[in-house]
Amino acid sequence: MKKINIITGHYGSGKTNFSANLAIELAKTGKKVTVVDLDIVNPYFRTADFTELFEGNNIELIKSMYANTNLDIPAISFDLERIATDDGFLVIDVGGDDDGALALGRYASAFEAFADDIDFFYVVNKFRYLSDDVKECASLLPEIENASRMKATAVVNCSNLGRETTAENIKDGIIFARKVAEELSLPVAYNICPDFVDYEGDVTYHHLYVKPIWDENE
Amino acid sequence: MERKLMKGNEALAEAAIRAGCKCFFGYPITPQTEISAYLAKNFAKAGGLFLQAESEIAAINMVLGASSTGTRVMTSSSSPGISLKSEGISYIAGSDLPCVIINVQRGGPGLGGIQPSQADYWQATKALGHGDFQLLVYAPASVQEMVDMIGNAFDKADEYRMPAMILADGFLGQMMEPVEFPEAKQTAVEKPWAANGHKNARKHNIINSLYLKPDELENNVIERYKRYDIIKEKEADAEMYRTEDAEITLVAYGATARVAKSAVNMARDMGIKAGLVRPKTLWPFPVKQINEAAKTAEKFLVVEMSMGQMIDDVKLAINCSKPVEFMGRTGGMIMKPADILEEIKKLGGNK
Repeated sequence: MKKINIITGHYGSGKTNFSANLAIELAKTGKKVTVVDLDIVNPYFRTADFTELFEGNNIELIKSMYANTNLDIPAISFDLERIATDDGFLVIDVGGDDDGALALGRYASAFEAFADDIDFFYVVNKFRYLSDDVKECASLLPEIENASRMKATAVVNCSNLGRETTAENIKDGIIFARKVAEELSLPVAYNICPDFVDYEGDVTYHHLYVKPIWDENE
Repeated sequence: MERKLMKGNEALAEAAIRAGCKCFFGYPITPQTEISAYLAKNFAKAGGLFLQAESEIAAINMVLGASSTGTRVMTSSSSPGISLKSEGISYIAGSDLPCVIINVQRGGPGLGGIQPSQADYWQATKALGHGDFQLLVYAPASVQEMVDMIGNAFDKADEYRMPAMILADGFLGQMMEPVEFPEAKQTAVEKPWAANGHKNARKHNIINSLYLKPDELENNVIERYKRYDIIKEKEADAEMYRTEDAEITLVAYGATARVAKSAVNMARDMGIKAGLVRPKTLWPFPVKQINEAAKTAEKFLVVEMSMGQMIDDVKLAINCSKPVEFMGRTGGMIMKPADILEEIKKLGGNK
């Protein structure tokens, strides 16, 4: 695993849920894990919602002092450059699309020092509206790379339909992500499957943390 | 079409395009800005016009203008922005014009906050502007229902020549769920009243809400209220969930109804006979459905993300024949199913 894990992708592709699972997985190594909520786009459903979950798993959460408040301004009130020099793993949950990636661009030159120790993930979801076409889905990455002034290292396949996800969906998602990755000349780092889906194969099972308050399934 | 994951706000925008909406005038505000963003990106491709107006007041008056020509038109905002639109909405109602208005509610009063709320219930159902008038008010509780209700809102607005509102909340606007779009049906409604060029072939149409003679204004309002009577008879709608034998019946709409439904299921698992009436239209209010539930209900519990704005409508529906209790949070705070379950138990559900 690389020291710095940057999670980007389409708005609503599943970045935050992937980040939470990745952080918990990394924490199992015993090393320090820091999750940074760099989302300047989304007012609700963000990593900052998982304060308790992270505390229970010994994960440090860095978020804007304005996250989940009523102050709707795209401000980052911490020093990511300094945090990057700390020991252990860093998971950076970036806001959706190129708009969200803009905040990352500020740190592009600082991150050059870690060039060999960064994974820059591009999260895709076949079942997300308007990103279901291979070419269309691939076309967003150059925009994200431009905005963030960094290059992606791998595709992460988070194809899912929420609670309705079936094994068939997972199979379709894997084929889709492979095609997107080929289009971008990148490897697929993970094929994610929600842990409640009955699918056998070479996938990583993730828990669904990002869900509405009334979800009775636990 | 395959089911796709969509955010509530995106689904509202896409559904409007598919319903034949041709113009959108709005001004950004959290938590509904994705509607504008989506239309700014995708509306032109579908032959629509997206325009970010200089203010909410300008936007609603552009809606009035576009609707006058018979064009399907929509605007969207969140609570404080809807207040700004209220004068224009009254003019639209007074001119007997159809349009769709989306309110993705946030906390209030004043600038309030950006977290979800249902505190605009009174505004939407009782007094969205001055004068004797009503809006059709639809309350979706899922992203799929947002899609379905937009199409229906456009149709009914045209049918009754009046504004229709989708009263959502920030939670529904921001959440993501799988949706399916129905086959596009082209409902071409004749609009002989439209001011779209008479070509010397007919008398010219005038769109107006000013009446110089009081008796003419009165007659006009009375005619409109006759239409409202038909609407009350035909359009009221609610989901009845486990109400057949329910002794404690919850009444909740929108995102709150989803939480209430989970609480009902938890109560049923404990042997408590709980049920839920979920109004899908807030005006007209589902009076018949509430009375149907009242046949078995010993008590009603109204649950809201506001301070008790729907409770009077429930009491009036049943003529105060049963006790109607209330629980709610406001300011952007959301109840958990367990909180509502506690209230159900307190009301004697654990006897």
